[in-house]
Amino acid sequence: MTLAETIQDITRNHLENNNGLLFGQCVTAVGWIGGTVPDCKNIVEIPMTDVAGPGFAVGAALMNRRPIFVVRYQGFMWYNCSSLVNYAAKSKQVWGVPVPVFIRSIGMEGNGIGHTASSCLHSIFMHPPGLPVAVPMTPNEYREVWNYFLEHDDPIYVSEHRKSFTNSEEFEDEVYEDADITIIALSMGRMNALEAKKILNEKGIKANLFHQLWLKPFKPKKDMLKALNQTKLGLVVDSDFEITGASRSIAYELMHQTDASVHALGLEDRVCGVASHLENITPSPEKIATIVVELVSNVKRGHHSKV
Amino acid sequence: MRSATLGHIPNLPEKFGEEFALELFKRANFNRHFEYKVKEAAEKKLFTIPIYLSIGTEFNAAVFSMMLQGYKIFGQHRCHSIYLSFGGKPEALRDELLGLETGCSRGMSGSNAIQAPEANMFGHSGLMGEQVPIACGAAFASREPCLTICGDASVEEDYIYPSLGWAATEKLPMIFVCEDNDLSILTKVSVRRNWSPANVAASMGIPAVDIADDPWVIAYHLETMKENLPGFLNIRSVRHLWHAGTGVDDVPEWDRYQLTTAAMEKLGLKSKMSVIEDENKERAHAIWADCLED
Repeated sequence: MTLAETIQDITRNHLENNNGLLFGQCVTAVGWIGGTVPDCKNIVEIPMTDVAGPGFAVGAALMNRRPIFVVRYQGFMWYNCSSLVNYAAKSKQVWGVPVPVFIRSIGMEGNGIGHTASSCLHSIFMHPPGLPVAVPMTPNEYREVWNYFLEHDDPIYVSEHRKSFTNSEEFEDEVYEDADITIIALSMGRMNALEAKKILNEKGIKANLFHQLWLKPFKPKKDMLKALNQTKLGLVVDSDFEITGASRSIAYELMHQTDASVHALGLEDRVCGVASHLENITPSPEKIATIVVELVSNVKRGHHSKV
Repeated sequence: MRSATLGHIPNLPEKFGEEFALELFKRANFNRHFEYKVKEAAEKKLFTIPIYLSIGTEFNAAVFSMMLQGYKIFGQHRCHSIYLSFGGKPEALRDELLGLETGCSRGMSGSNAIQAPEANMFGHSGLMGEQVPIACGAAFASREPCLTICGDASVEEDYIYPSLGWAATEKLPMIFVCEDNDLSILTKVSVRRNWSPANVAASMGIPAVDIADDPWVIAYHLETMKENLPGFLNIRSVRHLWHAGTGVDDVPEWDRYQLTTAAMEKLGLKSKMSVIEDENKERAHAIWADCLED
């Protein structure tokens, strides 16, 4: 079963059997969002209102309908976010009234979709209190996140990536006793890090690889901390912007919890263009490999500065 | 266009009768005496948070609460009278203003974001107008009636127009109220826009009226609208005090409290109103006595 089929299955069960609701714009058109939306009851096609639309979902959550709110392009969260951050995330702490909305925020990149529709923006949603953030890339991870949502009463920000929808694999962390570096990868950074490892193997560099599902709360696995203490060198790779982003935030946390120098690699600090040579997307396997080679070389030379 | 008699319908006090008038007075009068105590407490600096007093608009809240029983309430700031009229606990509102754990939001919301679960009143986050789509979502999901109240400024927010459109499309059980005091802090409507919210709502097929804050006229329209929801009321109102705080900007355009009580006295209710007022004064005094006398 692919991730898209998994999302569709979870959604169908929620809408048909749990009295759930799904809100979104044009969700029943053009491929039904990559095949993730089932053809069943309780789907609400809302008008084109990226400002008021999330409020509809918040109101439904107040009525215990546990709505799924879908934003087709994660870049559109800039104007979808107000009621989600300012009401859903705050309500439990301010009024003791939970507002459980499952926010499906879908990242895309490449194919010339440009500076607004492209990219992932999960980092900004790590800032406000009351909003857990997850980045599932596999069927089982998605189920874990969904179960978390059902077992808790918080809203949850789920940063999806269209490129993962066809994935049916699960990923294991890869740890070696003699590794040179520990890579912690997020979102599409995980797929690219897997490819980067192949390049690094050919260059004689061994890298641990940890797949990180939860950005907030961020609870590093014991094996991750152990591996970082062993390699003394880490790199967090993400599909969001690097500056004040998830990659740097997690690197900071890990540096405080280990003896390792942990670096961050995300999107560059520039606007994404439409032409392929102007795009600003998840660091490629080649780029990740290049950075790792330089970091490892610097350490071997006794330098720990960022490349 | 703004006047105390906008949309006036003759003989409504007589039609609604004595019992209705006395209950209306009881609620509005308590709102006023409670707010006097809040003002006194603020002036004695028992708290220094921003406060949004509803003096001048007490009868709006009172008539909503009488006509819209069982509705879920999604208000905004300046909602003390809404809270009290619909049955929020006055002691919990007092404690909220004092920042106490026993406050209606445990001290988290202050004056402008109050809630009253016991009265089905939901909190407001502080983003003006945000309560309107949230109310629509609640009405859609529960199919139970909701009242949402915004002001003449927040009705200009981007949240509103699509919410009205969605409510019209889905025939949501909603009453929309724009409590129009003509001021966004101190900037008048005429400076900000040339359109009427009631016309916008009507253009979407929502029954809409633009009326003054005469409680009997409000009651008349609510009674009619409830039979064919959604409905929209733009209610020309007057706040007597500052946007936030206890000061006075100017002489009020009209004094709805005085106009309404005068009309009630014409119904021959003066002595009964006097008894009610004494009880309300005593009640408000008792609620605030400990902290004001310390």
